[in-house]
Order: sequence, then C-alpha cells, then structure tokens
Amino acid sequence: MHDTATASITVVYLARLREAFGVASERVPATGSASTVGALRATLVARGGVWATELAPGRAVRIAVNHSVAGPDTAIRDGDEVALFPPVTGG
Amino acid sequence: MPVRVQTEDFDVSRELAALRHGDARVGAVAAFIGTVRDLNDASAVTTMTLEHYPGMTETSLAAIVDEARTRWSIFDAIVIHRIGELKPLDQIVLVGVTSAHRGDAFAACEFIMDFLKTRAPFWKKEATPSGSRWVEARGTDDDAAARWDRESGARG
Repeated sequence: MHDTATASITVVYLARLREAFGVASERVPATGSASTVGALRATLVARGGVWATELAPGRAVRIAVNHSVAGPDTAIRDGDEVALFPPVTGG
Repeated sequence: MPVRVQTEDFDVSRELAALRHGDARVGAVAAFIGTVRDLNDASAVTTMTLEHYPGMTETSLAAIVDEARTRWSIFDAIVIHRIGELKPLDQIVLVGVTSAHRGDAFAACEFIMDFLKTRAPFWKKEATPSGSRWVEARGTDDDAAARWDRESGARG
C-alpha cells in the first residue's frame, strides 16, 4: 500500500443544502467524474435520496468554484473548493 | 472602501461620518439600511438567522462596489452586513455611498443593494410560530438586478 496522495477537492454545502445533507463539507476525489461542475453535480445526484432530490436538474442550485460563480462546464482541479448553495437571500 | 460582515450592530451616523470624513469633494451621501420585519409571507417572524459563505462574501461585495465605481462617479462606499440571530426592528445591512452630486450616490447605492441581494452569498432563516424556514429567493429581486443591465447603456 502506497501513501500516494489522492487528488481531491473540498465540497462545501451551505444553508438549506447543508441542513438537508447533514454535512457542511467533505473531500471528494478529483477524478474524471468530478472534473467539471456538471459532472460533480451528477456524481452527487447518483448518491440518491435527499442528494438526488435537492440537486435534481431543474432545482435552483448555485455553485461556486474557489469563491467564483461557476457554470456546468466550469473545470474543477485538484485542491479546488466547490460550494453548493441555494439562491441567495441576503440584504 | 470597507466591506464588513459582523454579528454586532452598527451605528449609522458614525459609519457615514467616517465614510465622508475629511473629504470636502463630497456633496452627497446616500445610504440604505435594511431592517428585520415582524411579518413575512403572512407569517409572524420571531427571529431571523443570517449565515454567509466566508471568503466569497467579502470578495463578491468588493466586486459589486468595484462595479458601481465603474458605472458612476463616486468617491467611496461602505457595506456592512450582519450575520447571526436578529430580531424584528434590528438593522441587517448598511450601504453608504459618497459622491459630488446626488444622482451618482442614489444610483450607486441602489445598484449595490440590488446586486447584494442577488449575488452576495447570504441566506436567511426565519423562526415563526409554526417552525423555522429558509427564506426563498424572490423573482422581484432578480428583476431589480436585471434592470441595471438594461439601463447601463443609458446611464453609462
């Protein structure tokens, strides 16, 4: 067994999504299935249950990569911080 | 150009005095203060809890102020947004803008608020007699922000 560092990203869940998933953040392997924002979302939806419900296509979910608003095609790289959150309601 | 996210209350008079302190070019100070209402969507609100996404919040607020600077002739601006548990009557947010004349200050202040409401990563959760609920984003806020896209050419 090698101690090869596994490339990974940090995924942060905020507000209603954090409560629904019961987790504030997690490390996810930065493999082919999480190479773009859209692919990551699909990977999370594949977990089923509340993940599939909250992140289903058509649900309003905002995604930021390293604090910048991202689209489905935005690339994700090793070490990135990806945040998923509902539409904002400040002010 | 201070942008602050804090749990404690703010003193509007003191913040606006600091904003224009020593700057005799200033002929106009526009300010907006958002406060907690005791009623939302037909339910009584007992408390409102605000959370944000540290790091992205400050970055996005600074970017919004920078955008306002490119659109209008303003000298300075301040944005203070509170987080944590608030009660009806409490102050939530302050936006203050200084300029030579009122038109730029009014417009920039409204623009910053409209973009803050649709782009800055804050979320409100209300406690009501029937339980707590996350506040849903309003389409009217998106409309208010989109209005600046249509008007940007005319106001340039």
